[in-house]
Amino acid sequence: MPVVWLILIVLVLAVLGFIAGRMRVTTAGGARPHSLPNYYGWNVAMKVMVPAFLALVIWLLVQPFVVDSKVTGMIDEAAIPEGSTLGLVMSDVRRVADGLDLAVSRGLMTADSASSIRTESTDVRDLLADAGVALGSNVSPQVLRAAQAYRGMNHTGNLWMTIVVVALALGGLAWAVRETTLEFRARNSVEGGVRILLLAAASIAILTTIGIVLSLIGNTIRFFDLYSAAKFFGSFTWSPSFGGGSELGIWPLLWGTFYISIIALIVAVPIGLFAAVYLSEYAGPKMRAWAKPLLEVLAGIPTIVYGLFALLTVGPLLLTVFGRDGLGWMQAGTAVMTAGVVMGIMLIPFVSSLSDDIINAVPQSLRDGSYGLGATQSETIKQVILPAALPGIVGAILLAASRAIGETMIVVMGAGAAARLSLNPFDAMTTVTAKIVSQLTGDADFASPEALVAFALGMTLFVMTLGLNIFALYIVRKYREQYD
Amino acid sequence: MTDATFTGESPKRHGSLTASDVRTKRRNASEKRFRIYGLAAIGAGLFFLVVLLSAIISNGIGAFQQTFIQVPVYLDPATLDKNGNRDPADLAKVSTFGYTPLIQTGLYQLVRDAGIETDYEDAGDMKALISASAAAKVRDWTLAHPDRIGDTVEFEILASSRVDGYLKGRVTRESIAEDRNIDAGHLDLTDALRESGALHKSFNAEFIFGSDASESRAEQAGLGVSMLGSFFMMLVVLFLALPIGVAASIYLEEFASQNKFTDFIEVNISNLAAVPSIVFGILGLAAFIQFAHLPQSAPIVGGLVLTLMTLPTIIISTRASLKAVPPSIRDAALGVGASKMQAVFHHVLPLAMPGILTGTIIGLAQALGETAPLLLIGMVGYIATNYPDGLVSGFMSPNSAMPAQIYEWAKRADPAYYERAWGGIIILLVFLLIMNVIAIVLRRKFERRW
Repeated sequence: MPVVWLILIVLVLAVLGFIAGRMRVTTAGGARPHSLPNYYGWNVAMKVMVPAFLALVIWLLVQPFVVDSKVTGMIDEAAIPEGSTLGLVMSDVRRVADGLDLAVSRGLMTADSASSIRTESTDVRDLLADAGVALGSNVSPQVLRAAQAYRGMNHTGNLWMTIVVVALALGGLAWAVRETTLEFRARNSVEGGVRILLLAAASIAILTTIGIVLSLIGNTIRFFDLYSAAKFFGSFTWSPSFGGGSELGIWPLLWGTFYISIIALIVAVPIGLFAAVYLSEYAGPKMRAWAKPLLEVLAGIPTIVYGLFALLTVGPLLLTVFGRDGLGWMQAGTAVMTAGVVMGIMLIPFVSSLSDDIINAVPQSLRDGSYGLGATQSETIKQVILPAALPGIVGAILLAASRAIGETMIVVMGAGAAARLSLNPFDAMTTVTAKIVSQLTGDADFASPEALVAFALGMTLFVMTLGLNIFALYIVRKYREQYD
Repeated sequence: MTDATFTGESPKRHGSLTASDVRTKRRNASEKRFRIYGLAAIGAGLFFLVVLLSAIISNGIGAFQQTFIQVPVYLDPATLDKNGNRDPADLAKVSTFGYTPLIQTGLYQLVRDAGIETDYEDAGDMKALISASAAAKVRDWTLAHPDRIGDTVEFEILASSRVDGYLKGRVTRESIAEDRNIDAGHLDLTDALRESGALHKSFNAEFIFGSDASESRAEQAGLGVSMLGSFFMMLVVLFLALPIGVAASIYLEEFASQNKFTDFIEVNISNLAAVPSIVFGILGLAAFIQFAHLPQSAPIVGGLVLTLMTLPTIIISTRASLKAVPPSIRDAALGVGASKMQAVFHHVLPLAMPGILTGTIIGLAQALGETAPLLLIGMVGYIATNYPDGLVSGFMSPNSAMPAQIYEWAKRADPAYYERAWGGIIILLVFLLIMNVIAIVLRRKFERRW
């Protein structure tokens, strides 16, 4: 594990640097140093670690690309077998290279012979099978040569990485120890470094967003290369078949998502809203103290629990009423209704606590004015408070809708798998999220449109929820400004 | 004074002022109705909570009990140790297939000795009663105690999941009509064995600490290994999300100047908090597995994905608790010559710590119950049968996680697994309850009001 060793070396150097930096000021004698002795130590340690680790991380990220692009250049188009792609050949190359590494480390061959063997003289496939690496087909000479070049480049790369990192660490050490004098402002230097570290931590949020967007966009573009966007957005059939010739129209999934979310909101909004109104306007402090946390327990329960509840309790229950023995509208326990109702239960606390905050933010003077005119409490609520809180409540409902659209486990377990455009809420339907799961958990090859479609679906989902959230926050914010 | 004059007809009053008129009555009735709606809504919410919890408990409590049969097994030297030298290498050559007939004979003998009448002539006919895992258990024990070969040893053997279901009421004589694994005679035998005391239900620690089993051995499956998977993921989340989250919050709350970049960070954080969890799963798949070639199904990948997901929660709560520390603390520190950094790290941060920890625990609880992103990085479908044998393999080797394991069980066809899924949920909720109680206690105990 050279990287682990490298990290350890740098850490040891940092500890030595810390001690050296500290010693230099504590043993100097004479005038008082500018900062506390520990700061001098930290200053040295920081200047050992930061450049070295930065170089290490960048090197580790960049090297695979450089090596890959160079090795890819070695394989000419003609050598790619029929029905295969450059990516597949490259993964073969990588596997052969790993196999050679393994064979060397197990002592099956020497490092020299690993870089000099030829397919003409040795059966590489047998050799690698001995090392525990199973290959699907015989190794072509070109792949073997590419693999050997790959190993060679990685080897030199790693060597240079070690040299550069250790050199940077030593250089940092020497430089920092040299600058450690009594007048040196070590505290300022260390604090500047810490500040940059804090900023870097805060920037991770941006990196995450960029990561999400890049991983979605990159794969979505690859999907649209293989499958036309017009068909994806225009077709009303969803029938993926991994053998090819699938129809991947998004509309049945969007309809399922929309239908289930609507049912969830029909359950959650009245209950949540009335509960919020009662808790904020009628309930005494005692009742508030126990009813509110109890309702919020519903929000703390993981969605897998709701999924199981839908699959094993609500589904069978609905089936006895609406199924073949009852009204005959329902074929199986998994249906739009099942998922919708359970999702509605999950969203009740979401709607109620958001609306509760908003109703509480309506100034008391509005209520007093209404009571003064002789209105009853319910009239005040209906005609004064709710209209005043309306934008906020709409915002809360939109946030709940965005949660409903993005919810996965309940629909995976409760809504069924059939993608269809139907109006019957007791039919099984499926959603965008459920299909993302099913397309990516199968055995499909990542390069096939059937798997890549999940990224396009994810992109759709991301855009929809992001739009809803931004819109909702905009409405809530606009409302808040009115009374502040 | 106003020039407006009321020209409409004013409602005429009949009778006394104290008696309410029709309109007032109507308004009061509607007031009462409205209150009832509100109460009904709260009632409905609480009713759903009660139904949910009672469904979980009533369906899941059975998973903690399992049916065992006490079978005296004669460890026959003729099959287990043909050479008669008790050499461990020779003993290990006998596979579980060698042990199965011994157990079946033991059960047959047990039935005979108890004087139970049965139509089954052959020992092999009774194999439907015992779990397929029994042979492995007896084999392991025998390999550990080679000196006992030749003795008759009493083993506490798992009954098959059908027998277990019969005792728990899940399997009935009607339901097994088309079941090829068991028939009515076996149930008669079960009843008789139960009366004789050899077959009994008892607490099943294997369910909590054991590993998952293949689809046909529901009676053997446990949550222990996936619990470890969850544990390693939580370690990753704790050691990444807490420092990064706290550092980010300190920057945003104490150092960031009001500019476009800070605004951009804040917008990003609030948006990430609302991104559906499945999208984080896609990110994990594309960035950590496709791009960085980290191992699939490994807790480290799950931990990284959950870290990114929990960060916004931790940042939001940490910022709130930093904000709650009054500025006088900072001013006092700065006044005696501390630098801004020292004021924050020596004074503000310790005071905000209880709030930060509370937020972190709640974020961890959220991450512990999250399933959707784990499906995409392959933590489902993997049968976690081995305990990781160390820290590195704990993080890097494939494993499952508690919620993913529960999902896996819920997907299986055998209804015996449904009971285990519910039982798994009880364990998961107990963990969440403990974490939330710790968070509440921390807040109550250490929170300072300024």
